[in-house]
Amino acid sequence: MKVHEYQGKEILARYGVPVPKGIVITESSAARAAAEELGGRVVVKAQIHAGGRGKGGGVKLADNADQAVEYAEQILGMTLITKQTGPEGQLVRKVLIEEALPIERELYLGIVLDRAEGFPCMMASKFGGMEIEEVAEENPDAILKAWFDPDVGLHPYLARKLAFGLGLEGDAFKAGIKFMTALAKAYTDTDASLAEINPMITTTDGRVIALDAKIGFDDSALYRHKDILEMRDFDEEDELEVRASKFDLNYIKLDGTIGCMVNGAGLAMGTMDIIDFYGGRPANFLDVGGAASEERVTEAFTILLSDPNVKGVLVNIFGGIVRCDMIARGVIAAAKKTGLSLPLVVRLEGTNVDEGKQLLQESGLDLIVGDGMADAAEKIVKATAGN
Amino acid sequence: MSIWVNKDTKIVVQGLTGKEGRFHAEKCRDYGAQIVAGVTPGKAGQEVDGVPIYNTVDAAALATGANASMIFVPPPFAADAILEAADAGIDTVVCITEGIPVRDMVKVQRILQGLPARLIGPNCPGIITPGETKIGIMPAHIHRKGGVGVVSRSGTLTYEAVGQLTNLELGQSTCVGIGGDPLPGTNFIDCLEAFEEDDETTGIVMIGEIGGTAEEEAADFVEQFVSKPVVAFIAGQTAPPGRRMGHAGAIISGGKGTAADKMKALEKAGIAVVPTPADIGSTMKNLLDALPLAGM
Repeated sequence: MKVHEYQGKEILARYGVPVPKGIVITESSAARAAAEELGGRVVVKAQIHAGGRGKGGGVKLADNADQAVEYAEQILGMTLITKQTGPEGQLVRKVLIEEALPIERELYLGIVLDRAEGFPCMMASKFGGMEIEEVAEENPDAILKAWFDPDVGLHPYLARKLAFGLGLEGDAFKAGIKFMTALAKAYTDTDASLAEINPMITTTDGRVIALDAKIGFDDSALYRHKDILEMRDFDEEDELEVRASKFDLNYIKLDGTIGCMVNGAGLAMGTMDIIDFYGGRPANFLDVGGAASEERVTEAFTILLSDPNVKGVLVNIFGGIVRCDMIARGVIAAAKKTGLSLPLVVRLEGTNVDEGKQLLQESGLDLIVGDGMADAAEKIVKATAGN
Repeated sequence: MSIWVNKDTKIVVQGLTGKEGRFHAEKCRDYGAQIVAGVTPGKAGQEVDGVPIYNTVDAAALATGANASMIFVPPPFAADAILEAADAGIDTVVCITEGIPVRDMVKVQRILQGLPARLIGPNCPGIITPGETKIGIMPAHIHRKGGVGVVSRSGTLTYEAVGQLTNLELGQSTCVGIGGDPLPGTNFIDCLEAFEEDDETTGIVMIGEIGGTAEEEAADFVEQFVSKPVVAFIAGQTAPPGRRMGHAGAIISGGKGTAADKMKALEKAGIAVVPTPADIGSTMKNLLDALPLAGM
């Protein structure tokens, strides 16, 4: 789960990670009071989940309260297009007004799970403000790493190693150590999957502060973090994906034209790949799961047909726990309920496959039976090619 | 021969009194698996379909000689269940449960380093040695005894591959679902190493997906240590970056973990990488047919 920058900072502050003073507003009329309270010179920052906000015009430095109001008016309600939002952009509904700080240096600090080591890894770099992937590519030695056991925390010597490596000195050195230790604790205690501070700044008066904060959380652990779960912002998510999640369906909208319904995440990805291989483009990833019921299949079908780009549907089921006859009933019910007029290719294999196929044949539906994955993919690509 | 589990493996089911545990344990038993005990704290003395329930894995192992465990415990308690099995001296711990927090698995992995137990999963379909035993939720009837070792991060995609192999009359030595989580107990290399050493295994199918660098590490291993033919498929060639594709571990992040990178690494290691899952079975058959006959 992702949260906004201001929410991430709120969480970090609870763990003692220094963040700038800031106020979130949803109406530009509140900008003046906020800016004045923060000392006049402020940064106005669009709050959307996608990164790259600065380049898209969503982050501006205001010299005074008048300018803060002007910028807040510009940014609130704008559709911000960044390289992470895609061409359709994201509507800005909230703006964070923050005190402007006397920046000395911009550094990078981040924590992610290192799968190969089996431990979280804290990464630090002198090149703050840049994308860490680019730094890693061009100059891998510029990234310092320290692995830590979450049950133990970040050892002081590891924090010292990173702080020395970053060239921190004096007050900033001490502040840096505290910052890193607090960030590691925040990451661990909240079951974060990502904690990226880019930039982490040093100020001319020796402080170390999180100027930005990108925090993501492990979905599997949210059951033990009700407070974080409440921060979920449905406005930032695709409407169909939210609807699907309510039915325990795993749906991700893509930009192609062939809707797919598959059981199992790997097979669903494999189905997208084979559609692409035969020259089509998948409209979605959709895993109906191992415990799919007739109702869920019907709902899944309705959701993928709600995408106006869909020109045809491929159902690919390898029944293990899921029974093919149950899937067939769901498909029939959904096709009838939605008055399906698009080409439909169904490929069933596995448990109760003969019953499933028979039900489809007897349904009177105008559908194409796929014999194996390749055949099914070829058929749906062909059937949708003319449309 | 086979790897890790066979007809003599004695299985304790953690969570046997639950609906899922009971359902799948029965299917395993139908296949010939020796389900000798169940564990549910506080339900010792009860029976489920004739299988005795114990309070602890320790007690179950002591009474029945169980050397493998199959876990159906809900996510908040699953990490503890894995550790309990490992601590009781169980050799092979198969965790089916999906949705265990990563932080819990970091702890489990660190503790398991000091214990002999092998963990398979979590978030996996389990392990099957066709014709001998099944510890997991995979549909038994698609399998056939034979010489192809299968290792996969995905459940249904494994069934797809196995179905193709069986249709071509290529049986399997053992099929291992290592699971779709970021921190699996058993990885590709563990399986590749075991299949290479197993006399019965003649060829290996490896199914990976986007996310992490396990496939790249496996490619290095194959290049250095595996003499048997390997066919690989990587799911998620069309997956967009930054989106988690169902499995917790299937995500392209920070420019890492793309299917293209993985396919390139595998090809470089001399592995037959197929562009679609539909080609797995036929490619394996071609490779095996081209092998010189044993003993000639």
